[in-house]
Amino acid sequence: MEQPNLSYILDLSAGDIAFERKLIDIIKDEFPDEQEVYFKNMVEKKYKLAANNVHKLKHKISIFGLQKSYETAVAFEHNLLDGSIELKDEFESILTTITNYLQQL
Amino acid sequence: MNCIIIDDEGTARAIIGQLCSNIESLNVLEEFPNAIQAIKYLNQNEVDLIFLDIHMPDFTGFDFIETLKNPPKIILTTSDSNFATQGFEYDCIVDFLLKPFTSERFQKAIQRADTKSIKVVSGTSSEKIEATPGNDLYVNIDRRLIKIDIPSIYLIEAKGDYIQIKTEDKNYTVHSTLKKIEEKLPDGIFLKVHRSFIINFNKIIDIEDNSVLIKRDVIPVSRSNRPELMKRLNLL
Repeated sequence: MEQPNLSYILDLSAGDIAFERKLIDIIKDEFPDEQEVYFKNMVEKKYKLAANNVHKLKHKISIFGLQKSYETAVAFEHNLLDGSIELKDEFESILTTITNYLQQL
Repeated sequence: MNCIIIDDEGTARAIIGQLCSNIESLNVLEEFPNAIQAIKYLNQNEVDLIFLDIHMPDFTGFDFIETLKNPPKIILTTSDSNFATQGFEYDCIVDFLLKPFTSERFQKAIQRADTKSIKVVSGTSSEKIEATPGNDLYVNIDRRLIKIDIPSIYLIEAKGDYIQIKTEDKNYTVHSTLKKIEEKLPDGIFLKVHRSFIINFNKIIDIEDNSVLIKRDVIPVSRSNRPELMKRLNLL
């Protein structure tokens, strides 16, 4: 399985360490909240709202260089908009991977 | 170009803000987490360019555009390429950035915005910093011209569309840019060590890897500015 990395953030910062730290802190702050709202909407079967959450989360997935996971998120977002939860487990596994990665940063 | 950023995601706002800070011609006036706040701001302020996220809860980017009577240039930002076609139905939209975008792609979007005729911004874009012969610098704060003794300045930090000038006695926040104040400072004493920081070379306490200690402030030194810093040091 592909692993998260900081390549995009490092490219973006061009050596600006303060910015790298700032961006990681923002992601560490936002990601759990977005994830929590997503899980809440899934429990309540509000799939259209959950699709919005996936839309936001997939940006962070791509920031960490998870290209295949990003494609999974795109497909899952479309599934949710159609009322289907196919790819739910795969998507939530990606969330776990990022959560674990963020804890190491 | 004076611009604002509208995106409900803090991560996206931070990335766009960072990319804007690399481009001299861009001046980020404000950032908004939703379109409603931006509409209120635009009722009283003019801007040249808006970075607009399409996918926002309650009030989408397209809803926002529909509220503008005379929209400025807009660069759409989104994680969904399906919105692109709809985006180009609006004349004001000059480009479309698919997240996450690279700095090269971002610069291309700015070039596109530049090539379109630039809207004249009325109002107060006057120079806020005046240098006088000698060691003084006058800054406009709350309609008062305040004199600052240049050698007493030890650090200048860019903070959005403001700069903070730190002196031995006091700190001043002035509506200006690092570029403008840099032009007013005497050569040889001050050095830009990072896109957001100018330091007084005489006030350095120590240098460690990619940072400089000035008073109690640890200031990052960017890779591109480090050679000039090292060149100026009287190294043993």
